[in-house]
Amino acid sequence: MARMTMIQAIRSAMDNAMERDDNVVVFGEDVGFFGGVFRCTQGLQQKYGPHRCFDSPINESGIVGAAIGMAAYGIRPCVEIQFADYVYPGYDQIASEASRIRYRSNNDFTVPMVVRMPTGGGIFGGQTHSQSPEALFAHISGIKTVIPSNPYDAKGMLIASIEDDDPVMFLEPKRLYNGPFDGHHDRPVTPWSKHELGDVPEDHYTVPLGKAAIRREGEEVTILAYGTMVYVAETAAKETGVDAEIIDLRTILPLDMETIEASVRKTGRCVIVHEATKTCGFGAELMSIVMEACFYHLEAPIIRVTGYDTPYPHAHEWDYFPGPKRVGDALKKVMEAA
Amino acid sequence: MSDLKPLSLYVPEPEFRPGDKPDFSDVPIPQAGAAPKPEIDVEAGDIRDLAYTIIRVMNRDGEAVGPWADLLSDDQIKEGLEDMLRVRAFDARMQMAQRQGKTSFYMQALGEEAIACAFSKATEPGDMNFPTYRQQGLLLSTDYPMVDMMNQIYSNAADPLMGRQLPIMYSSKENGFFTISGNLATQFIQGVGWAMASAIKGDTKIAASWIGDGSTAESDFHSALVFASTYRAPVVMNIVNNQWAISTYQGIARGKAATFASRGLGFGIPALRVDGNDYLAVYAVSKWAVERARAGHGPTLIEHVTYRVGAHSTSDDPSAYRPKEESDAWPLGDPVERLKNHLIKRGVWSEAQHVQAREMIETEVAEAQKLAEKNGTLHDGPHSTPASMFEDVYKEMPLHLRRQRQEAGV
Repeated sequence: MARMTMIQAIRSAMDNAMERDDNVVVFGEDVGFFGGVFRCTQGLQQKYGPHRCFDSPINESGIVGAAIGMAAYGIRPCVEIQFADYVYPGYDQIASEASRIRYRSNNDFTVPMVVRMPTGGGIFGGQTHSQSPEALFAHISGIKTVIPSNPYDAKGMLIASIEDDDPVMFLEPKRLYNGPFDGHHDRPVTPWSKHELGDVPEDHYTVPLGKAAIRREGEEVTILAYGTMVYVAETAAKETGVDAEIIDLRTILPLDMETIEASVRKTGRCVIVHEATKTCGFGAELMSIVMEACFYHLEAPIIRVTGYDTPYPHAHEWDYFPGPKRVGDALKKVMEAA
Repeated sequence: MSDLKPLSLYVPEPEFRPGDKPDFSDVPIPQAGAAPKPEIDVEAGDIRDLAYTIIRVMNRDGEAVGPWADLLSDDQIKEGLEDMLRVRAFDARMQMAQRQGKTSFYMQALGEEAIACAFSKATEPGDMNFPTYRQQGLLLSTDYPMVDMMNQIYSNAADPLMGRQLPIMYSSKENGFFTISGNLATQFIQGVGWAMASAIKGDTKIAASWIGDGSTAESDFHSALVFASTYRAPVVMNIVNNQWAISTYQGIARGKAATFASRGLGFGIPALRVDGNDYLAVYAVSKWAVERARAGHGPTLIEHVTYRVGAHSTSDDPSAYRPKEESDAWPLGDPVERLKNHLIKRGVWSEAQHVQAREMIETEVAEAQKLAEKNGTLHDGPHSTPASMFEDVYKEMPLHLRRQRQEAGV
């Protein structure tokens, strides 16, 4: 067991996976000799050689398209898109190809591929380094979409993703790379070394995909969150004193509907939090699922706290970001309803 | 007042539209045998001319001439002719089946049969093609059962793809045929990735990517060339230039470039332009590129120059955008006739044998069709079960799909 940041945990996952299976290859922009702009692949080229970990041209459709071909051959590519904001040139390869190859070929070909990408804001990245495109992946049948919120899960779920026989979009909340960010941008950063989920085994282990985690048990309201928003939700619950049950979804597709439904049936209230834009965000799906399954248990309208439907504004980052104040207000409002 | 002349947009137009008399006499057709044959480890820059000429083997008299000739035995050439006849007979039957309402859609390869049939013979078992929708010749020249192709076209109970795919979007890993997408150009880079994986693993297999003239305009074409060039992937990249992308003539995708093949030169990829209606030339150039890839010298870009004699698909009517006589005026002739004449010239074939072979193949296709129709057709069924629609989206069916299947009551 070692204390790791999320970056170290992700690197350790790839290291373990590459060591166990020489079919695992890693490539992407700047990931080779340099080790990636966030250093997640640092040392892998030196350890496994340039044919196992290498730099790619700046060409996301090429990165994903080549990875699909490699996976169809029978190896396991784990590629990096430098920022989730840059995935769109590769989106056709994900939405039209990777997602359907098993289905359309009736299992003749499969795509055991992982596409890693840093997601979300909170680092003054402006509109092109802050987006949260998870809903665009969740809308596609045939791929899995994973968003871990801590080093322990990040490592275990990345290994599970690499070993999974279906394509996985692995979104890494970049604001969490170095610590559990609670949304108070004006306060000192807590490092992962001070958080229990920064304890990460150095050896191989997996955390199953498709299973949510209850981060805080509570009786009054269910908060559905993932990634950075898990800590914002924890902070908001603490600051308002509302006895919230906080569910970290971890995988948004396939979604752990049973955990969500059981919790809302118990609490009778639900607040949904994500950083992505509101309209057709994943919160819309979550709200529908809760309405369909738990309507007669609800004591108040469900509230979504999300990013606004604007591009991510550079100077107004902290007005845009759904921080503890906005989440706290939602908790109070959902509790006030009769 | 500015004295600058206003700009105007240039939009290329094909030479001939319906009502025009097509005349290709100004299209330069190089002599058969004239193009040199380089060593397989050649640099792209040393064979620039091959990207602008047309490599041809069979001359007007049906003789095979020049450095690209004499690779195949009499029997191999006869087999090639029979493969092309099989594609033509298969296409005719399935085109008719679509017209009879037995399926929704079909795409012929009429006039382009030589390309896939000859390429297939240049590869080895284990190599992988990433085809477009007009390379049925790749399968019909192997031992892949014709009846399974028809089952797929009919989406019937024996369809190997469970009725999930549009007709003709076959898949056969065993026969080196990657599942056809239907989206254009995406497979071109996937083939490069497959080839990279083969190299990463120290394997000896090579990949072949396929694309049409129109789809070379897609960004995935560029992606594929960049990756193939950078990593010297063992891949043969085939452009089938059949002059027409549905109703859009090839000049819209080609722009100011003299040829599609020449696009490879900027990437340092050897580029060869071949007479796609000359079975022997296609085989020779493909074999050269396959050997080059397998020897570790990297990718090759081949432009197969041909003409789409048929409609784009059963949903298309080319008389709306090109002269009816254009395919007859096309200067590279018919691939089947040309190979037949060559075999006759070699003294190993006759008109009578040709008729006999064609009739035998037509019978073979008709019998396969009867067998396939026993398994059903699109509108009359039977099909795979509706419940199977929910299967294989993922390796294991997740909860939301299990619930949807339950709601569907299937």
